[in-house]
Amino acid sequence: MNALEHVRDVKFEFKRMGLGKEKIIEKLLLISALASILIVFFIIAFMLKESIPALALGWDFLFGMRWQPSHNQFGILPIVVTTFVVGLGALVIAAGIGIPTAIYLAEFSPAWLRNVIKPSVEMLVGIPSVVLGFFGLMVLVVFIRDSFGGYGECILAGWIILAIMTLPHVISISEDSIRAVPVSYREASLALGATQLETIRRVVLPNARSGILASLILGMGNAVGETMAVLMVIGNPEIPWIPHSVLEPVRVLTSTIVLEYSYVVWGSMHQHALFAIGVVLFVIVSILNLVTTVAVKGRFGITTVIKGVWKQ
Amino acid sequence: MEAMKAKVGERVIKACMCVIALISVAVLLTVVGYIFFYGMHAISPGFLLKSPDYTALDRGGILPQIIGSLCLLGVCLLFAVPLGIASGIYLAEYATENVITKSVRFFVECLAGIPSIVIGLFGLIFLVYYLGFGPSLLSGGLALGFMILPWTVRASEEAIKAVPDSYREASLALGASKWQTVRGVVLKSAYPGIITGILLGAGKAIGEAAVILLTTGGLVTYLPHSLLDDVGALPVYIYMVLTVVPASRAVAESYAFGASLVLISIFMLISVFAMSLRNRYVRRMSVIRG
Repeated sequence: MNALEHVRDVKFEFKRMGLGKEKIIEKLLLISALASILIVFFIIAFMLKESIPALALGWDFLFGMRWQPSHNQFGILPIVVTTFVVGLGALVIAAGIGIPTAIYLAEFSPAWLRNVIKPSVEMLVGIPSVVLGFFGLMVLVVFIRDSFGGYGECILAGWIILAIMTLPHVISISEDSIRAVPVSYREASLALGATQLETIRRVVLPNARSGILASLILGMGNAVGETMAVLMVIGNPEIPWIPHSVLEPVRVLTSTIVLEYSYVVWGSMHQHALFAIGVVLFVIVSILNLVTTVAVKGRFGITTVIKGVWKQ
Repeated sequence: MEAMKAKVGERVIKACMCVIALISVAVLLTVVGYIFFYGMHAISPGFLLKSPDYTALDRGGILPQIIGSLCLLGVCLLFAVPLGIASGIYLAEYATENVITKSVRFFVECLAGIPSIVIGLFGLIFLVYYLGFGPSLLSGGLALGFMILPWTVRASEEAIKAVPDSYREASLALGASKWQTVRGVVLKSAYPGIITGILLGAGKAIGEAAVILLTTGGLVTYLPHSLLDDVGALPVYIYMVLTVVPASRAVAESYAFGASLVLISIFMLISVFAMSLRNRYVRRMSVIRG
């Protein structure tokens, strides 16, 4: 009897403190929700902690022209420049193919064709990047070497492979924003005697502009952060330089990390410099993501992708 | 006459757009077809069932890599799925719009934007060295889990939000408590949506190379027996065979093709399953909503 009373007392005590079963569950759920925040903080803290000695080099690190770890020279400017060159070129190709595709899917495509194109685009986003890189190495690089000369492993190959990887993002977000333009706008324009194409150019596209722009900036973020596919086709010379032609082999931020982490001396400046490259990458991609979020006053990125999935 | 010309012009432009739209389909078919064509030659029972022999590549297989990839996926899902669903439930059912939920959403978005190589570096310094897990199944799986956590959180939240309020009201009116309602009614009608989101994340995780490369060992020849054992994975194997392993070019390429084919097949299985589940779910939701 005594024990039973005790249990009842304890239960009562919990209730009094607002800790009924329901409350405990709610608290547990809240804690899991906070886990994501915790992980991001841990990532930032540990990355910073490891990279501070290299970041403390200041200008010599960020704007140094020479990356030669064996001679203690850690200037990442050539790598940053090529990263942007490779990313921007890929984006131009992806925009050139992706925006017309998005317009076609949203405005013209018959349902059956859409049902072919849309799943293909979704599958394309998921092809493992190492497989795509392997394909690039076997087909693109050989093709470029045979027809243009040079090593074959070059900026051009990187552009094409990265364009394939960013294309799906550009297509799906652009299509969503084109579809979001109200039908009444189109009807008004058509009623005034404009043709379908004039309507798209003068009415639909200007209204969908921010969404399309967002898809491009996000695509840029993806291109800059992409590792394996681009690593396998761009050559990665021992000492990076700022390239003069699209047929030169180059290095990007991500490939530098993967190629050098395995033989780095733990605790050396070289190791700190590699983590600092990670921080630079993180900052670049976060800025790009932030710009999209602010520019279009809405959430883009993963939320749009997931919402897009239900909209099919 | 003018109008005719304009009409012809429109047709031409439409046709051009159609051709451009088909480029993505063509790229997909080319890549997958190419890998299938060359990969088929490499696949044999020995290739699928033997351990790799890095000194003489053509005598080994990729069994530890296949099992390793699946184990990594398992650990990753064990971490990310419960946490993701719990966060999704909190955000969709319990939270009021306030600073906490806004910052949770912001940081989830933030986590989703972090390049995989940075997550790999974090795994290397935090899991492998700081927590002392070493290059192991646990390190690799957890790092992958960090990567796909945002997918499971957002997918659960969206799927739960899509459940009509009338379901909740009916359950509450019958006297069920909030948690009973969530567990018995809301999750039951939201689970196909949640699973679809999880499968999309799983498809991402299975093909990820950079994260696993930094958090596991690389050239592995055995099956993992515990969480702290080193583990091989297909994407890492493909990269290693092409770059590090000393073998003749032709053999290395044919083995990379074989491994790519296996990897792509696993990925395709996952995404076809996800898509069919999604289609059924979307159809059901549209019936419910009329």
